Amino acid sequence: MIDGIAIYVLWLREMTRFLRAKSRVIGTLGMPLFFMVFLGFGFSRAQVPNLPPGVSYIEYLVPGIIGMTLLFSSTFSGISVLWDREFGFLKEIMVAPVSRVSIVLGRIAGGATTALLQGAAILLLSVLLGFSLPGIAGLLGAILFMLLVSVTFISLGLVFASNMKDIHGFNLITNFVVFPLFLLSGALFPLENLPPAVQAFAYVNPLTYGVDGLRGTLLGVSAFPVPLDLAVLLLSSLVMIALGSFFFERCQC
Amino acid sequence: MERGEMDPAITVEGLTRRFGSLTAVDAVSFTVDRGELFALLGPNGAGKTTIINMLITLLSPSSGTARVAGFDVVREKDAVRRHIGIVFQEPALDKDLTGKENLDFHGMMYGIPRAERARRIAGVLELVELTEKADVLVQNYSGGMKRRLEIARGLIHHPSVLFLDEPTLGLDAQTRRRIWEYIRRMNREEGVTIILTTHYMEEADYLSGRVAIIDRGKIVAMGTPHGLKDILGGDVVTLELDGDAGAFLTLLVGIPWVKGAKEHDGEVSVTVEMGERRVPDLVALALGQGITVRSVLLRKPSLEDVFLHYTGRTIREREVTANESRKELITRRMLR
Repeated sequence: MIDGIAIYVLWLREMTRFLRAKSRVIGTLGMPLFFMVFLGFGFSRAQVPNLPPGVSYIEYLVPGIIGMTLLFSSTFSGISVLWDREFGFLKEIMVAPVSRVSIVLGRIAGGATTALLQGAAILLLSVLLGFSLPGIAGLLGAILFMLLVSVTFISLGLVFASNMKDIHGFNLITNFVVFPLFLLSGALFPLENLPPAVQAFAYVNPLTYGVDGLRGTLLGVSAFPVPLDLAVLLLSSLVMIALGSFFFERCQC
Repeated sequence: MERGEMDPAITVEGLTRRFGSLTAVDAVSFTVDRGELFALLGPNGAGKTTIINMLITLLSPSSGTARVAGFDVVREKDAVRRHIGIVFQEPALDKDLTGKENLDFHGMMYGIPRAERARRIAGVLELVELTEKADVLVQNYSGGMKRRLEIARGLIHHPSVLFLDEPTLGLDAQTRRRIWEYIRRMNREEGVTIILTTHYMEEADYLSGRVAIIDRGKIVAMGTPHGLKDILGGDVVTLELDGDAGAFLTLLVGIPWVKGAKEHDGEVSVTVEMGERRVPDLVALALGQGITVRSVLLRKPSLEDVFLHYTGRTIREREVTANESRKELITRRMLR
């Protein structure tokens, strides 16, 4: 049922393309980097209400920006199935004698590696802005959270791609799904600052728990207990993989 | 012996596919034996690609059954996929990878071990004469090179049945010739069963051992190209007339050497044996009725004439009408 070689091949393809497309790598890092630098400096002296005590805004922001990087990279990597369909390569994958679940897992493996590398790049760049890295346990915990966030949102991208006819709906998804998910995750400011009705949306957003878990592991400060963050993300990963596989298998693309 | 090796390469029974109210493939049945080179010939939109997509497990049939290499295309998808190779109508290559990487990834997907993979890739690259371009990114390949690379890829895992969907569409005459040679060689030397779709008469005529002529989702005739042309009973003389074509048709009825006659677009096609001897007779007949003959065309029958014989139209006419109705549909949608 699950074909390790097929997963490896699809992962390898993603890596080859990733390493070859240097401009794309730099391009995707640009936006989160600008957010981090300009928001970080711009608000460094501002009084952001409800910040945890003893945490500066730039420290608060860095895990949020890592979450943002993962969200964008992962969702787009899931949706990129649409480009494979547009350029015909998807057919070649679909007629291969491997289970559909393996194809989904292969894409997740490739997309998650890419997202992790980008998240790690942002974390390293944040050190230049004065962010201090935690110990090895904190780093490993952060990597686990980054992985689960990636898996969740790559699968979400797959769900979208499987239900879209062509790439024309892409902007719609960026503006009405990806940005709201980002803004409603507590990446930029504490959720308590939002009206209660809007806060409710943030609490069903898996990224909220991803960003909070990253704060817990990187800063040692979090709004929820870290094990709760972990449990929610494990659940969202499994549910989203199942949904992604279901829709991908159903669409005859 | 594996179970698949005793069955015919392809068995199709009552295969049907509907898209909403449109029946794209309508109760098609045929059998292809091992080692055959079989062509589905018909205009664009006749349902050829839909048939192929069902046979290669990308599309499920609305009704009917199909077996490929002995396996059911709905219930045994993975087994079917393992035994087939496909060259799609539109390129299905990863443009950001090199030719060799495309082949290598394909070989890995089909579980071929590394050393064997390298050997086979070198072999197929040589077959399609792309050895020197192996390490070039596919985005820098020409249309013909992409096609050849795809054919090479379709062969790496030694499929028992190879599907070619319009293999020479949009290629120049020289490249087309070469691809025809590859196809023949694969069929003869490797013993691969080949099923190809085409709307080029000469392609089906030149390549295939047997042809199924498809029109509007149905098989209207099937046989060897030679046998199909024999049905027409001789050469075709087409006369462009200035006058009452209908009257000329009635005149031909009852003449023993006239095997058949049809009128389309003001032209009359007459089927006769030894056409070159009958041209003067036909012209004389017309003149006797006061009908002027503007031009005369004598042709040895082609599959085009077979198509005309069975459907009353040429393949090109059929494609034009298909396009018109599509345009009409779009206009109607826009008006709504």
